[in-house]
Parts: sequence; structure tokens; C-alpha cells
Amino acid sequence: MRTFAKIFLATILTLNLILGLACSGDPIGGGDGTTDSSGNISLQGAGASFPKPIYEKWVNEYQKINPKIRIDYQSKGSGGGQKDIIAEIVNFGASDDPMKDEDMEKAKGEILHIPTVLGAVVMTYNLEGVDKPLNLTPEVIAAIYLGDIKKWNDPKIAADNGDVKLPDAEILPIYRNDSSGTTAVFTDYLAKTVPAFKEKIGASKQPNWVKGVGAGAPRNDGVMGQVKQTPNTIGYVEIAFAKANKLPTALIKNKAGNFVDATIDNVSAAAAGSIKDMPEDMRVKITNAEGDNTYPISSYTYILVYKQQKDAVKGKALVDFLWWAVHDGSQYAKALHYAPLPKEVVEKVEAKIYSITADGKPLREKAKAAGE
Amino acid sequence: MLIFATTILLTVVAMIFMMVWNSMPTIKQFGIGFLFGRDWQPASDIYGALPFIYGTIVSSLIALIIAVPLSLGIAIFLVEQAPKKVATPIAFLVELLAAIPSVVYGLWGIFVLAPFIRNYLGVFLQDYFGWLPLFQGRLTGIGMLTGGMIMALMVTPIITAVVRDVLEVVPTQQREAALALGATKWETTKIVLGNAASGIAGAVVLGLGRALGETMAVTMVIGNSPQISASLFEPAYTIASVLAANFAEATDSLYLSALIEMGLVLFLVTFVVNGFAKLLVARVAKGTGTAKVT
Repeated sequence: MRTFAKIFLATILTLNLILGLACSGDPIGGGDGTTDSSGNISLQGAGASFPKPIYEKWVNEYQKINPKIRIDYQSKGSGGGQKDIIAEIVNFGASDDPMKDEDMEKAKGEILHIPTVLGAVVMTYNLEGVDKPLNLTPEVIAAIYLGDIKKWNDPKIAADNGDVKLPDAEILPIYRNDSSGTTAVFTDYLAKTVPAFKEKIGASKQPNWVKGVGAGAPRNDGVMGQVKQTPNTIGYVEIAFAKANKLPTALIKNKAGNFVDATIDNVSAAAAGSIKDMPEDMRVKITNAEGDNTYPISSYTYILVYKQQKDAVKGKALVDFLWWAVHDGSQYAKALHYAPLPKEVVEKVEAKIYSITADGKPLREKAKAAGE
Repeated sequence: MLIFATTILLTVVAMIFMMVWNSMPTIKQFGIGFLFGRDWQPASDIYGALPFIYGTIVSSLIALIIAVPLSLGIAIFLVEQAPKKVATPIAFLVELLAAIPSVVYGLWGIFVLAPFIRNYLGVFLQDYFGWLPLFQGRLTGIGMLTGGMIMALMVTPIITAVVRDVLEVVPTQQREAALALGATKWETTKIVLGNAASGIAGAVVLGLGRALGETMAVTMVIGNSPQISASLFEPAYTIASVLAANFAEATDSLYLSALIEMGLVLFLVTFVVNGFAKLLVARVAKGTGTAKVT
């Protein structure tokens, strides 16, 4: 038994040593571990689940062109992406919701917001016998989530859906029970358009839902599953999830008063309609934007990177990947139901990418880029 | 061997210490009120654990109310009545149930159990027992009852397996003695059950432990809404679910502290419930005056 105990102790100590070494090494800044023996460069990213399908596609395609670069994207939610980039445990974070000033201050360096694509949050529902897409106004959606509209055949819903026969059934609204960028976009839109919603629920990644009104589900797929399986529910999800599951999506009344679908063109229109409001740091919410065909619950999704990269080799790989993503990568967006960035925004993103440095030197030279 | 025992003890102490240490911000801010607060609003930094404690305990109770008689029945049948040819495959199937991952139970809950409760069981309960506040309100299939029933299904194989083992170690002489004295088969079983009481209670405690900590399957069907409602059809929330859904993304320090304190609360709830069950076991064992089996 004594030898057994010794072996046990030895194992524990060895594990401790390994773990201790692993944790003490700085994953971003430490010179070691940048490249392994075969010269491969590995980049870690984590964050929003909203752009996960397009990021996975990009990583796949990019690795075909640059087999030496390995990129891992872990979809853990916008809050997690912000947390990880602040803690410097990833090379890039991802978030749908722009970071708040107080969170930016927690980081040890300046964090840049690089918009990559645009997406839409759609209202999806489970109503038997309703084939035509429903028309919904922000007032109606807000009233459902506030518990003021309780039944599907409420006159306020019927008013915008003339010939649709709505059932005499209680509505069960589904929301996200985790901290979510999708929720941030959805609540930002309703808080902008409906004062009562702003006052009682508010705009946030995880707002104060009204007790006894709806039910919560984790992540986009959780909400999707709940809506798909439960009659008379309504929920909000990122558009790709609704399309993949062939669930109906409602037409939403925009600022111009038209009921619009979340098509790629209509989402792009939201970006076009809000370019004049885009601030220098690109942190902007584009819900309820101007324009006749603008889909109102649209959003940029961002990659978060440090302006000063600690490791020149990894920094260069990251910058090149970002450059490729917003240029060549944009061709993959539409098939996955994302809208590519408008030209004006791409120009702004280029300027941001040029500003990323390591050891005081820019990682991408303008002249060189032009020659490519 | 001492080293092994101390490792366990140290781990438990270290865990409690870490949880208390990391939940200091909310302990300081809310004090004991954290346990009795009915509001959970991360956006406004208001944290109250009561709806979660309520959801955890009530859903586990539902699970036990269904699972205990069911498991006892299965175990008695397998050990005392069924011929070996029947007992072996059934015992195998029951143990197989214990090996199914909880996410699969969750999916089954969404696809089969929730519609069943919505269309049949719930309607039946409302028709005949609708006067009870337990069965009033809207019937969506997502809620406390569905969560409890899924858990019942998950703890049944565990309780059954342990009870079966316990019954099997009751000496055959006792059965023979009872039969020789002219007891019927059922009377004999009752004597066996009496002798195995402490072991059976231990099995129930084990099942309860599993139910209290169950996360994935319950999250998928319970509705995850932090409210205390008399109706079992209404959505509820458990401590394990709120931890699983939010821990990865809690950025704000007070929120993180609140979640860690929730973990501490779950620890305490498990501790208290287990202690209570142990006391019960001791009393039952004393009453029947038999040797402990487990």
C-alpha cells in the first residue's frame, strides 16, 4: 500500500506541475508556444453564437488557403467572448453586442471592434393552420412579452393580419435564459420603439423578464426547440436557426411603416440606413434604422481584438485573417443568411485593420496591401 | 489509506471555502435575505434565491413521489417474484436506463413527455383535480411537473438497482422462516422489506441526490422562469439549471458572486436534505431493529 500511496502522490505532484506551468504561461504574449515545431500558428477565438456558422465556414476556407494557420472558434456567447478578450485568454473575442465603456476600461489595452457581417433576429412562432407569415408591430411583440396580450386572437394582433384566422389560444413567449447577444439586439429594438417595454423589461443581454409571462430556454437552439415543439409559442432567434428548421418568420413593421421580411437585402438596408450614425470606434446598434425596406431587428456582429498585439507572429496571422474575412470571406455570407458589410463599412474596417500594431509597428502595411 | 480519506475531506473543505470566499460580495450585500429573496434580476443586480430553491426542492419531490413506489415495485418483483429468466433481462434493461445521457432524456422530454402532459395527462388532471391550485392555469407542457417527471424517470433505475441489491442480501433463511411459520408470499415480502428498510432509505437518498443536482434534462423542459407558482403546470427554475445556463457568461462580479452563492445554496440544500434523510434512516433502522445492510 505504501508504494501505492507514493505513486499516487507522485502523480498528483506531476499533474500540479504540469497544470501550474500551463496556467502561468501567457497564452497570447509568451514567446514560447507561438509556433510549434512544424511552424504552425494557432489562434484562439471565443464568443457569440450568432455568427458561429459563418466563422466556422471562414476558418475552414481559410485553412485551405493557409494550411499553416489553425484557428479555433469556441461559441460560448457574446458575454463570454467579451470576458475572454478582457482576460486575454483568447486572441480574438466575438460579440454581437458592442462592449460597454466600463468593460472596455477593464481591459489592459485598447480593444478594437471589427464588424464582420450583419445578421437579423427574427420572430418565429408555432401556430397551427396559419400558413401566411404574420405581420407584427413592435407594439404587439412588446405587449406579448409584457403579458398585456395573452391570446393569439387578440384584436391588436388581428388588426394587422386581416384574413389570417388566429386561434383562441394562450400565447407562450419564449426568451433566452442565458446572457445573449441575440437578446441584446431584440430588447434594444423593443426598448427603442416601445416606452413601456423600456421601462419594465429594458435593453440588456439578460433583462428583467416579467414573471409568470413566458418561459426561458438556453441558447438559440434551445429557444428554437421549445418553439418547434410547443404549440402557440413565439420566440426570437438568429435567422439562420429559423431557416434551418423551416420555421415561419414574421414580417416586422419598420420605422417607415412597412411590414418587411428579414431578407439579406433588407438587412443590408439597415446598415446603409445607419452609416451616417456610425461612430469612429464602430460600436453601433442599428435596430429600427431608416429606410423603406429596412428590416428593423438587424445587427452587426463584431470581432474584438487588441490594437496592440503582444506577439508579432500571431498578430500578423490574425490581421491577415481579418482582412481576408471581410474581403474574400464575404462571398460565403449570403448562403448562410448573413448580409455582407456595405462598401463604406468595409473601408472603415480596412482603416481599423491598418491600425493594429505589434512592437509599435503596423502589422499590415498599406502599400503592400494594395499590391495584393 | 489515510491519505485517500484526507484527500476527500480536504476537497470538500476547499470547495466550501472557495465558494464562501468567492460569494462574499453577495453575502455582504444581501446577507440572509439572499435565501428569501423572490426576485432574480441580473440586469438590476437584484438576486434572490428563493424561486430556485423552491424549484429544486419541489421538482425533486415530484420525482421521488413517482420514482420511489415505482422502483420499490420493480425491485420487489425482480427479487421476490419473477423467475430468473424474466428477472435478468428486466434488470438489465433497468440498468441500461441509468446509462442514458441526461441530454437524451431532455430531448425525449421535449418530444414525447411534454406533448403527452399537454394533450393527455394535464387535461385529465385539470378535468378531475382542477379544483386543486396545483393543477390550474395554462397547460403548455413545459413546467414543474414535466421537469419532475423527467427526473423521476432518471432516478428510477438508480433507486431500483440499489434496492434490488439490498433485497438480495437479506438472508434467504428469513424468508424460509417466515414461510415455515405459515406467512403468505406478501407477508414474507413485508418482513424482507422491514429488514431492508435502512438500505431502501439509503437508495432513496441516493436518488434524491441525483435529482437535486440534475441539470441538462430538467433545463430542457422546466421552462426556466424564476417564479414561485402554486401550479405545477407553470414554468419553474432549478439551481443547477441557472448555474449551467449563466456561469460561462457572467461577466459582472456581483452576478458571478450570486451564482457562486447559488452553488453554495445547492450544496447546503443537498447537505440538509441528506442529513435529514440520514436521520430518518437511523430512526427506521432503530424501529425495525435490524443490522444495517448498506
